[in-house]
Amino acid sequence: MLEKLLSHPKVFAPLFALFITGIISVVFITIAGANPGQVFFYMLVGPFTSRLGLLEILAKTTPLILTGLAVVVAFNAGYYNIGGEGQLYAGALVATLAGFVLGQLPPLLLIPSLICLGFIGGAAWSAVNAGLKKIGWDEVVTTIMTNIIMILLVTALLNDFLQDPTSHSAQSLSIPVNAFYPLLAERSRVHMGLIVALVSTALVALLLNKLTLGFEIRTVGKNPSAARCAGINVNLTVLLAALLSGGLAGIAGVGEVLGVHHRLISTLSPGYGFTGIVVAKLSGLNPWITILSAVFLAILDVGSQVTNLETGVPIQLAGIIKWTFLLSLLAGQPTFNKLRRSLR
Amino acid sequence: MNTATLAAGLMAISLQAATPLILGSLGEIIIEKSGVLNLGIEGTMFLGAFVGFFVGYFTDSASLGIITAVIVGALLGLIMAVLTVSLGLDQHVSGIGITFLATEIGLFLYQALYHATGNPPHLAPLKAVKIAFLNQIPMLGVMLKQQGLTYLALMGIPVIHTLVFNSKFGLRLRAVGEKAVAADVAGINVIQTRYKALILGSALMGLGGGFLSVAQSGFVTPGIIGGRGWICIALVVFGNWKPVRVVLGALLFGGVGALQYYLQTVGLGISYEYFLMLPYILTMAAMALSRGKTVYPAEFLKAYQQRR
Repeated sequence: MLEKLLSHPKVFAPLFALFITGIISVVFITIAGANPGQVFFYMLVGPFTSRLGLLEILAKTTPLILTGLAVVVAFNAGYYNIGGEGQLYAGALVATLAGFVLGQLPPLLLIPSLICLGFIGGAAWSAVNAGLKKIGWDEVVTTIMTNIIMILLVTALLNDFLQDPTSHSAQSLSIPVNAFYPLLAERSRVHMGLIVALVSTALVALLLNKLTLGFEIRTVGKNPSAARCAGINVNLTVLLAALLSGGLAGIAGVGEVLGVHHRLISTLSPGYGFTGIVVAKLSGLNPWITILSAVFLAILDVGSQVTNLETGVPIQLAGIIKWTFLLSLLAGQPTFNKLRRSLR
Repeated sequence: MNTATLAAGLMAISLQAATPLILGSLGEIIIEKSGVLNLGIEGTMFLGAFVGFFVGYFTDSASLGIITAVIVGALLGLIMAVLTVSLGLDQHVSGIGITFLATEIGLFLYQALYHATGNPPHLAPLKAVKIAFLNQIPMLGVMLKQQGLTYLALMGIPVIHTLVFNSKFGLRLRAVGEKAVAADVAGINVIQTRYKALILGSALMGLGGGFLSVAQSGFVTPGIIGGRGWICIALVVFGNWKPVRVVLGALLFGGVGALQYYLQTVGLGISYEYFLMLPYILTMAAMALSRGKTVYPAEFLKAYQQRR
């Protein structure tokens, strides 16, 4: 019975991934001098044991859904946008500046405008990479560089022009109250951004599954030459996917400024853009499942903080788990094939 | 100080700053010539730097630290080879995965060990090698007070060039990178060749990381590699996969790095982050301007199924 179950590739890969990830985690937990059983408990059960923990999961899920969607759209078009981090900051920067300028508008007008402007900010930054791709430069390298440039730029601006005069750290003045995202739950960090994220999921799902552009994006991703033969403008499609991807990451940045910190800070994102890659790949590039994988990764993030508090194990354990799981999950299918072939 | 001394000083720092770029790029050339894109370079250099540093610190032997950095690099290259060559996984995702995984592991180990030792650990950096007599020359003398590894890296340039273009291994390497099927038919083991390329290339990358932590600075920080790995990837393309040209690019970047330190000390009154951006903006500007013919190895990014 077990053999029959294991002989199905879709079952094998996740189990294989869990197995490898489990071993690797135990190794590093032991290096840190902690008890693996305890650590797994705090990591996976810990976040659920308090109201704050549960709300923190939701708070962290919000940006991850958006950066995950950004990667889903891009990867579906075969465009490896690793620039989510920089595009997030770009959107946050634009939204902050616009927030100061337009701060007198009523929230009903102001907030949607800032979301749109943040989208445009992220999309515009992504356009740089798309442009370089057009002249032959692999987008992976360029997006990583634009990440670095944008984060440095934001930090530099926060130290120079945007700095809150009353503080000595790299943060801006608080944005106008009218721009604050309403909170969804008291005494928590769960804000309207979650709604924005869920709506975005629906829109992206609609785009990819029902609209022509979505079909074109997916076709270009699967087989660019076939797409070209079918009359699809490959370059334009990739460009649009890149812009959309950047825009979604930008909205994630907007959410962090308007909903969480209420100001622009240099440490706005603890790697949401990069985790978005894991979110997207784990969801199989499916928008709706992205919500689930975002929650999973949020649990890992919150869990690692609980673990760190209780056992002193470094929070990077979450990162090790994320990437090991992703790599071993992807390795699962080919490993399964190889094993099956050699066991014949 | 007069301009001549300044220039010599800048060139000296350029050489030093270029060393990790040279090592990383030479490694990437070898790997890419075989048809594989190794995006794990940043993480490889990082973990090499960290583990190499800690081994050097705890054993009080810088040489052991450097050797460890090389071994760590080779191991990461092996993992990359398993993922992309044997299992045929997408090279972009594998490389990114390795970079982030290696980075997280390095930071994890740093946190775990740093708390144990209390203060940020410092290791005495390797001393510069003084070639007796040569460093008496007034101007050039300044330039010649370099790390042993820098000289090693410079000597590595003709070595790698010969290896890639004039040796049997190099021929197999390039054959596999240009037409894997033909190479296979001719009896070359494509899988093995790519494994060797990845292990050797990543070992060089690990060495580059070890240079930064053990030889140059004597300590590690999360930002120690600072994106140099990515710049190496760009340099390899700019230099058309030719070691000499790539190294010239590395020297140019070393120069920008040196200039950046200098400008910071001069204090132009603006945040130092603008200077940190310089190398990347320069790279991207160079990318935007170079629409020229870059000919990638023909088998670049393609997984290969060994025929039975």
